[in-house]
Amino acid sequence: MNNKINHSLSIAKPDSVAISTKQKIALITGVIGLFILALALLNVNFPNQGFFLTLALGLISIGTIVYSRDAYLTKLEGIKNDGVWFKSISSRGIWGWLVGIILTTFYIILYFFPKYLGLGTNGGENTGLIALFDPLSKLLSGRPASQWFVYGTLYTVAILVFGYKFILKYRHNRYQQIRTISVMFFQLGFAFLIPEFMYVMNNDLPYYDLKSIWPLNYYIFDEWSVKGFLSNGNIGLALILFGVLSIFVITPILTYKFGKRWYCSWVCGCGGLAETAGDPFRQLSSKKLSAWKLERWLIHTVLVFSVVMTTGMIYTYLGYDKNNFWLTRDLFIGLVITFLTIIFLGVMIFKRQELGKDAKYGAIGFFVVIALLLVMHLTGSTDQIFYIKSSALRSAYGLYIGSIFSGVIGTGFYPILGSRAWCRFGCPMAAILGFQQRLFSKFRITTNGGQCISCGNCSNSCEMGIDVRAYAQKGENIVRSSCVGCGICSAVCPRGVLKLENDHMKGRINPTEILLGNDVDLMDLVNRK
Amino acid sequence: MEEHIVIIGNGISGVTTARHIRKMSNKKITIVSAETDYFFSRTALMYVYMGHMKFEHTQPYENWFWEKNNIELKKGYVEEIDVKSKTLHFAKGDTLPYDKLVIATGSKPNKFGWPGQDLNGVMGMYHKQDLENLEKYAPNNQTCKRAVIVGGGLIGIELAEMLNSRNIPVTFLVRESSFWNGVLPDGESEMINRHIRNHHIDLRLETNLKEIVSNDQGKVKSVIIQETGEEIICDVVGLTAGVTPNIDFVKNSEIETGRGVKVNRYLETNIPNVYAIGDCAEQINPIGQRRPIEAVWYTGRMMGETVAQTICNNRIEYKPGHWFNSAKFMDIEYQTYGWVHGDKGKPEYELQFHWKHKNDTICITVAYHKGTNQFLGINTFGIRMRHETFDRWLTEERDVDYIMNHLAEANFDPEFYRHYEDEILKTFNKQLQTA
Repeated sequence: MNNKINHSLSIAKPDSVAISTKQKIALITGVIGLFILALALLNVNFPNQGFFLTLALGLISIGTIVYSRDAYLTKLEGIKNDGVWFKSISSRGIWGWLVGIILTTFYIILYFFPKYLGLGTNGGENTGLIALFDPLSKLLSGRPASQWFVYGTLYTVAILVFGYKFILKYRHNRYQQIRTISVMFFQLGFAFLIPEFMYVMNNDLPYYDLKSIWPLNYYIFDEWSVKGFLSNGNIGLALILFGVLSIFVITPILTYKFGKRWYCSWVCGCGGLAETAGDPFRQLSSKKLSAWKLERWLIHTVLVFSVVMTTGMIYTYLGYDKNNFWLTRDLFIGLVITFLTIIFLGVMIFKRQELGKDAKYGAIGFFVVIALLLVMHLTGSTDQIFYIKSSALRSAYGLYIGSIFSGVIGTGFYPILGSRAWCRFGCPMAAILGFQQRLFSKFRITTNGGQCISCGNCSNSCEMGIDVRAYAQKGENIVRSSCVGCGICSAVCPRGVLKLENDHMKGRINPTEILLGNDVDLMDLVNRK
Repeated sequence: MEEHIVIIGNGISGVTTARHIRKMSNKKITIVSAETDYFFSRTALMYVYMGHMKFEHTQPYENWFWEKNNIELKKGYVEEIDVKSKTLHFAKGDTLPYDKLVIATGSKPNKFGWPGQDLNGVMGMYHKQDLENLEKYAPNNQTCKRAVIVGGGLIGIELAEMLNSRNIPVTFLVRESSFWNGVLPDGESEMINRHIRNHHIDLRLETNLKEIVSNDQGKVKSVIIQETGEEIICDVVGLTAGVTPNIDFVKNSEIETGRGVKVNRYLETNIPNVYAIGDCAEQINPIGQRRPIEAVWYTGRMMGETVAQTICNNRIEYKPGHWFNSAKFMDIEYQTYGWVHGDKGKPEYELQFHWKHKNDTICITVAYHKGTNQFLGINTFGIRMRHETFDRWLTEERDVDYIMNHLAEANFDPEFYRHYEDEILKTFNKQLQTA
């Protein structure tokens, strides 16, 4: 009898997760929309593409909207996580794996075989799915669609409709609502519409999503990109300068004031998708200590790769003679090394004790980068660094990090690894912001005295795999590089223990052994140590 | 040879004790439990049934934690404590010697001798086994067409929320005239009544259980109401009328017991080297306004923090600071700091100011001293407050005007939330003028 009980616990499929008739109709509506896209993918040539595109996207949107309204507006405001671990799609069940496989396949085709989406080759007309998007692309920028336009449109629609769903789900929580409106705005405006309009105004400018900052935007300092900007007069110069300022000035200031959340869960497109369409999968991220260890190695390796690769790329198209261009190879490599050294020394001098054991790894990482840059400088030729073509290095980065890691694994594996696998394990931008957040930011998640009951809702819902509870139950504030400040841990906490705050740097990290509420003398005695 | 510390019970009290002893010493530590292999958060069991989490997520430490910290775990049911030979005797016949013993066995649900209280389908909501039972008898609303909950406390309302998440109709029998009004002032208690009913739960106030009726297979068929004799057909009965210390196995030892294991301020029992902490400990002399038995997560943890010191040769008194607690009633969060009494047990010196938002889900009650105006405590519903701030204000013995004028400093709601301090202060000032 005992076995049977345990059995029922592990495979529980309560009927409560069954959906209402209205939700079923909404689901069918959405699936019909997707079906039109699938038909287009199979090269069914629709007579009136504009109409069918509108129909497809309209049905998907209406389906999602009606479904969400019935799911959330029929209930009182509050946390809506009932049955998350029972539903097949959100608990790595059959549906989860199926969706994962479909998404992954889509990404592989998108990145590596766009012709199967119907991309016209050698100047030929688009067919299939991409042709279906031609009318919208022509409307916006006058040119036929590309696979990236199709992807961008679907991506934007996903953030908008699932953003709406998310706002309904958290309709009692203004932080969540405003944050979601922000990611919807930046996706629609900055990632989707503005680049199209910029193209209309000046079609020589390279595609530039203003909010996509190096090193997440790993191609902005490529030769073709920089030349593209510079050959376009002041506006181009302004844009490339903005790109430089973004990472070296704007980002550090905002991260100091607000933590990395200003970017990762308010602005960024990758974060935007994770927070909206990816929300049902947030609980799937691993909270194990081993996953944290892997995360720190992986993400910092990607950062090193990206810094060295970008430096190398710029290096190869710079010259030796300062009469041609003031920024010569010698000067550039010197600047990079100086900059990295200043940061390294600054951290080691002022933040040594906060780093603890990690200081050693930080130092190793720093010297590896410097060594790599010097080797590059000594072996570099016009198109070779480390005796390999620099373009090969750049392509490798684009392929393994830009495409496979961020797209195929990052998004395709949502239903398996959770919605932030890329942000957590791979994004070099997140690594930089996180490094600053950990050491030099006013942001923290404050733990409310002794109120934690170790229930685990916070850890469970952390998409970045932070074991929030481990801190909260010690009465310790959460100051972690990886925290993107989504605020869901605070929202789901049943005892009001967690609050995202920007406050003084002092006392931000406050490990305690005896929690507030106990004997004050005991607290003094033990916590003083 | 290091001293052997044996802790019976792997709940928050026992585990906190073990962790703190380990921090201070190399003593041999064994935690005994009959319930589960590993420590889990009891308060999170409800979320497993609701599908917010899986059972493994309720475990605050990964399974390697215990071995890494050299804390031995033993699964077994202690049947007898032989304090002379300092030995535990287990139900399976094996034994375990100890040098110091900590009893931290928590509580068990109250049963008041109702006819039918041991039928299949009748359960408390306390142990992991209760959850498994519920999963068996109330997996969905086909198997369980209606559930009846008996007892209107914190566990009762949690059980109602759990069943509600699977669309199982619930009848909620509450003995009092309003939900939990032995603790909550009327304004708050009545707001929670309405919130419960808004969730389509059949809340029956001033209603007692007479008996639970069996079907011919020894399973629940219905309950009979004491007052009206009405029969309510149901498949599950949840008994949530409070808890009692889980100490039956102590009673035939020489360790002194009352309702719980009797302890002094040092959490020591009448037997040297035997301690009791958490829900199962009963203070011989209650501390301040606290009850002799405090079945609360936080007090269990604090006793664990304290007794670990004593065991590690720093004998100190259990001296908890200002009272605090929290809970969540369906969608409404509740926090309390200091003492605010329900209308029944209210001391004559306690005055209260009550403010309620018009949406009927947010309210606060501030208690202060009639003579001195000293701030005594606050209850908040739907507004989060900062523990540290109120703890400081209580220590500083601020008066109620100070509190009302500085309420915003204590606000702990997420960013961008609407603030109500101005409205609260206006209402407060207006009431004072008319009073």
